Amino acid sequence: MDKLFKLLRTNARLSNSELAVMLGQTEEEVAERIAKLERDGVIKGYSTLFDEEIVSKDYVRAIIELKVTPKAQVGYDEIAKTIAQYSEVESVYLVSGGYDLSVMLRCHSLKEVSDYVAQRLATIDGVVSTTTHFFLQKYKESGIMLVDEDADDRVMQ
Amino acid sequence: MDYSKIISKKAEALKPSGIRKYFDIAAKLDNVISLGVGEPDFRTPWAVRREAIRTLERGKTVYTANPGLMSLRKEISEYINKKTGVSYDPDGEIIVTVGGSEAIDLTVRALIEPGDEVIIPEPSFVCYKPIVELTGGIPVIIETKEEDCFKLRADSLKEKITDRTKLVILPFPNNPTGAVMTREDLEPIAELLRGTDIMILTDEIYSELTYDHKHCSIISLDGMKERTVYVNGFSKAFAMTGWRLGYMCGPREILRHALKIHQFGIMSSPTVSQYAAIEALRSCDEDVQNMVDEYDSRRRYLVDAFNRLGLSCFMPQGAFYVFPCIRSTGLTSDEFCERLLYSKRVAVIPGTAFGESGEGYVRVSYAYSRKHLKEAVEKIAEFLKELENDN
Repeated sequence: MDKLFKLLRTNARLSNSELAVMLGQTEEEVAERIAKLERDGVIKGYSTLFDEEIVSKDYVRAIIELKVTPKAQVGYDEIAKTIAQYSEVESVYLVSGGYDLSVMLRCHSLKEVSDYVAQRLATIDGVVSTTTHFFLQKYKESGIMLVDEDADDRVMQ
Repeated sequence: MDYSKIISKKAEALKPSGIRKYFDIAAKLDNVISLGVGEPDFRTPWAVRREAIRTLERGKTVYTANPGLMSLRKEISEYINKKTGVSYDPDGEIIVTVGGSEAIDLTVRALIEPGDEVIIPEPSFVCYKPIVELTGGIPVIIETKEEDCFKLRADSLKEKITDRTKLVILPFPNNPTGAVMTREDLEPIAELLRGTDIMILTDEIYSELTYDHKHCSIISLDGMKERTVYVNGFSKAFAMTGWRLGYMCGPREILRHALKIHQFGIMSSPTVSQYAAIEALRSCDEDVQNMVDEYDSRRRYLVDAFNRLGLSCFMPQGAFYVFPCIRSTGLTSDEFCERLLYSKRVAVIPGTAFGESGEGYVRVSYAYSRKHLKEAVEKIAEFLKELENDN
């Protein structure tokens, strides 16, 4: 991965001048490159990782495994795009293996999740079956550890 | 019992490492922000740890052959060949040691007689001089200078060579300065030593951690393999310090004797570490590259930060230290470090811990997260401001 992406991936709030120092480039070069990446749609956005237990304690998250029948011409795309329209849906992946689509949901309650699955997902034409898994604890996201790591016990040598 | 009468004179004469004092002070203070360590902040890549666990599960916990597992020596041989183009025979030209430190110790003990001179460029890692002194050898110091980017110059080396010179230590990429030697820098040194009976001990433990250029080893220069003992290890490149694993490669006639010392003193290097190290060499290129990229960002950040603070800082090309000059403060290295530690709880190491020529400099490690470094830099800025106000 390019060094710029490595830096932004762990901290998207670095300023252009900070990035410039760390990359050994000028601030203008960095600004130009980022603007181009945004324009070309390579950088899709910037998000913040926060402690969901504190910030979103009123939410529950779930992963739904969907088996679907692909449609002629469009394959899985049409159904995936339909599902992605819902605001409760955080991510949609087409995956290999025992099922086809992996859908991550964020809702206010268990009931809301089950209603969503029963009424919205399961009723979509082409959906064969659903399996719902609720999130219990998140340990790592986007390469960043979300649980406390051990203290630094290195000594000066 | 009068212990003072029974301690060997040589052991008694050894000075403890200059880093120790700061470690002791820091240990007594709360909330110290340390920039003092000499080991990676990364965890050993998971693939390596998993291999160690598997080794334990299979009960592979007996001694290995004295020079190390043949499969590991073969892997090391291929790795060095890939990096330098030089071939070492796993049977007789490679010994797996307990860290690079043991390899340095073995080399010196196998070669040095009382009265032999060993040329050591300084500032450099703390172990060379004491090990030479223990054998009765005479350390001959060459001071490297900031205006030469802390490189070893052939003319300085030439001045120090006498008919008693037996060994030249090449500690590059360098701890604490971050200096490296390029092929152009090494060629005149090689030229000076070709055709002599002077050996080189090249300590390349930081060889994977170079930034603007790929590392060049002196063994890849014409005629140098036969007069060089090459030392490297797993600690810095693969974040494996606690595994205690390094290696030495060199002429069969020297390693044959070094192996006896290793056999009697150590027997064989840690078995679990040896199996895990095979995995490190086979599958961790990407882990190493990710660590190098992260160190590079931190290096640039720190050099820029120190220069802004008015502490002129040379751009190091290797290892994970910056070596800013603190002369503008009017303090000695020792005073600077002690005052910074007591007043701001930030620990850096005085350049003098790495030789007298380190006076006027401090070693700052960037084996810490960017957040930690930023916090430390802010404290150092406060410290410098307060110093200015006091004057």
